[in-house]
Amino acid sequence: MAVVELKNVVKRYGGGLTGKAARSEEAPAVDDFNLVTEDGEFVVLVGPSGCGKSTTMRMIAGLEDNTEGEIRIGGRDVSDVAARDRDIAMVFQSYALYPHMSVFENMAFSLRLKKAPKSEIDQRVNEAASILDITHLLDRKPRALSGGQRQRVALGRAIVRQPQVFLMDEPLSNLDAKLRVDMRAEIVKLHRKLGVTTFYVTHDQTEAMTMGQRIVVMRDGRIQQIDTPNALYARPANMFVAGFIGTPSMNFMKMRVGDDTRSLKGETARFRAGDAFTGDLLDSHRGQEVWVGIRPEHLQHHEGDAGALENGLSGTVDVVEPLGSVTMVQLEIDGHRITAQLEGDTRARSGDTITLTCESARLHLFDVVSEQALARQPVESAATA
Amino acid sequence: MTSEVTAKGTGTAGSASGQGASRRRRAPVKRLMAPAVIFLLVWMIVPLGMTIYYSFQNYNLMMPMMRGFAGIGNYAILLTDATFWDALGNTLVLVVACLAVTVGLGLLLALLFNATFIGRGVARTLAISPFFVMPVVTGLIWKNMLFHPVYGLISWAMRSLGLEPIDWLAHHPMLSIIIMISWEWTPFALLILLTGLQSLPEDQIEAVRLDGANRWQEFRHIVIPHLGQVLYVVVMLESIFFLTSFAEIYATTSGGPGTATTNLPYYIYLNAFFQYDIGLSSAAAIGAVILANIFAIFLIRFVAGNLNAGSAR
Ligand SMILES: Nc1ncnc2c1ncn2[C@@H]1O[C@H](COP(=O)(O)OP(=O)(O)OP(=O)(O)O)[C@@H](O)[C@H]1O
Ligand SMILES: [Mg+2]
Repeated sequence: MAVVELKNVVKRYGGGLTGKAARSEEAPAVDDFNLVTEDGEFVVLVGPSGCGKSTTMRMIAGLEDNTEGEIRIGGRDVSDVAARDRDIAMVFQSYALYPHMSVFENMAFSLRLKKAPKSEIDQRVNEAASILDITHLLDRKPRALSGGQRQRVALGRAIVRQPQVFLMDEPLSNLDAKLRVDMRAEIVKLHRKLGVTTFYVTHDQTEAMTMGQRIVVMRDGRIQQIDTPNALYARPANMFVAGFIGTPSMNFMKMRVGDDTRSLKGETARFRAGDAFTGDLLDSHRGQEVWVGIRPEHLQHHEGDAGALENGLSGTVDVVEPLGSVTMVQLEIDGHRITAQLEGDTRARSGDTITLTCESARLHLFDVVSEQALARQPVESAATA
Repeated sequence: MTSEVTAKGTGTAGSASGQGASRRRRAPVKRLMAPAVIFLLVWMIVPLGMTIYYSFQNYNLMMPMMRGFAGIGNYAILLTDATFWDALGNTLVLVVACLAVTVGLGLLLALLFNATFIGRGVARTLAISPFFVMPVVTGLIWKNMLFHPVYGLISWAMRSLGLEPIDWLAHHPMLSIIIMISWEWTPFALLILLTGLQSLPEDQIEAVRLDGANRWQEFRHIVIPHLGQVLYVVVMLESIFFLTSFAEIYATTSGGPGTATTNLPYYIYLNAFFQYDIGLSSAAAIGAVILANIFAIFLIRFVAGNLNAGSAR
């Protein structure tokens, strides 16, 4: 259990043989990473493939040197500490079980290296095995296990260590959907029980939202936002985060800010930004275009006349997907493809023209150039679904 | 005869009975396998059979009158021949020592070449090149250019260090042979062990490091078990080759001085081509076959027990 701090951490690959020229041209795999965890926090790293999640983990573990910056674990600068002395347990995406050892030996290996007394080894392995429900597998070799069982052995090997920090690199990516949901809950329970600071990598945003106390959203090696799941959902810092978090992902439309700095106009759509946004910011965008983001679940069907609506958008229905509890409707509005998640009993057919509405407080506005969110008033009990 | 059976099979196939169909399917298998089987028979069984036959015959090329069945006479002579026992001992010493050196050195070099360093490609090629030198050439190179007490490189080095040069082949004949054969075969072990090392998944090394292992423990608990099967292959193949080493000895010591470097193949050669005693040398050859089998069986047991059992996957 320890606080992990990363300060201005940068990682560039391809040093040594490829020479200086190659090094300076290539974008860093991880760029200016800053994060201080709480003691015992569960931090999730999420982002698209190749964004530097694994690289960050490997730097914390000591399997990779950071090119710049500083990493501290439990207050200690670990730049000169070898991986084996960092007291970190990692669960690999590939499990990396030792094929020639039984499950018991796999789990006991680190304790044996430390020359722990046999009784203690037995006790700790059995304890971990019973938590993970793999007691009956202890004598087997890894190749005689299913994917889910191997997964649990890999977790067990980490638990037995009672390390300062857990690192888990996409541990569930090889499992089927059902097992993944089960293991997700299992890991969260485990974390609550052991209280070890945990880094968890995934590119599955559902996993990130359900497991993380804090989520680090990354893209191209850079942190986009660090926040709690609710805050990420309610106040995404930029369009990337807004589109990445939430399924189905957020709709974006380009609209022009009116002279009153409150009204937003598209060809047929119009919104009033209301008081949710700070006046100055919209002032500076007066008469300019901004991106308006609306989550599909925040759009409602409006029966009746669109003209009377303060926030309204109408379009021709393209695809209707009734899912029982909800109906997903895709429509074309002002040249943008919009997905709306409507009530399950909504009657709509493709070809119909329907009108949708949305509360002003649910709008997200983004600068067209920087794609950063326009600041909102520090408002309301942040809307969540 | 085979073709007759096949023709019949094809004929009955017209009646489309189940049996006919299955026979028709089996017949080509036999035909296709026949060349390999015949080749193997001619290649192995015939020479072996002839050797066994001659080993029970009185058959000396210098005494054409004295032919006929010898019973176990040849074997009796063999077992009472001190030179044979010397040859047997020499063979064992040679095999075991060369195995130890080539596998040990090969493993060290493989570990070295598995790391990345500048010029690795060139160094690797150089390290492997002794393997491409013919055994006789190896013998001559070592005899005349390295071991030679007057012109040899080693003697020169020793002289420049102020030491007395050694006549290697005369005073340390067995050691010299072991050095030569090891020089020739270490690259083989290196090559195979290196491929073994390169097939070791990176994540296992990383996992074992995070588990707190130092370099030695990493090697002992992960690398060696992983190499188990590869080591087994190396030891098997090399021991077969070492049992039959001949050219290096022929080109350097000619089995001497005395019988110091006479191994079984050389003993057989001496009896066949100096004594012209085909019967006795055949008996010795059978002895060599038995030795090779004993060796192989022991080796399989030993290796399987110690290295392989753990790493079976
Ligand atoms: N050993 C390496 N040498 C050179 N470049 C590397 C190396 N490892 C990773 N990279 C590069 O660094 C970037 C980040 O890789 P990383 O493995 O951290 O991605 P990731 O976020 O874990 O992706 P994924 O979700 O696919 O696992 C990628 O562009 C990748 O190509
Ligand atoms: Mg990764």
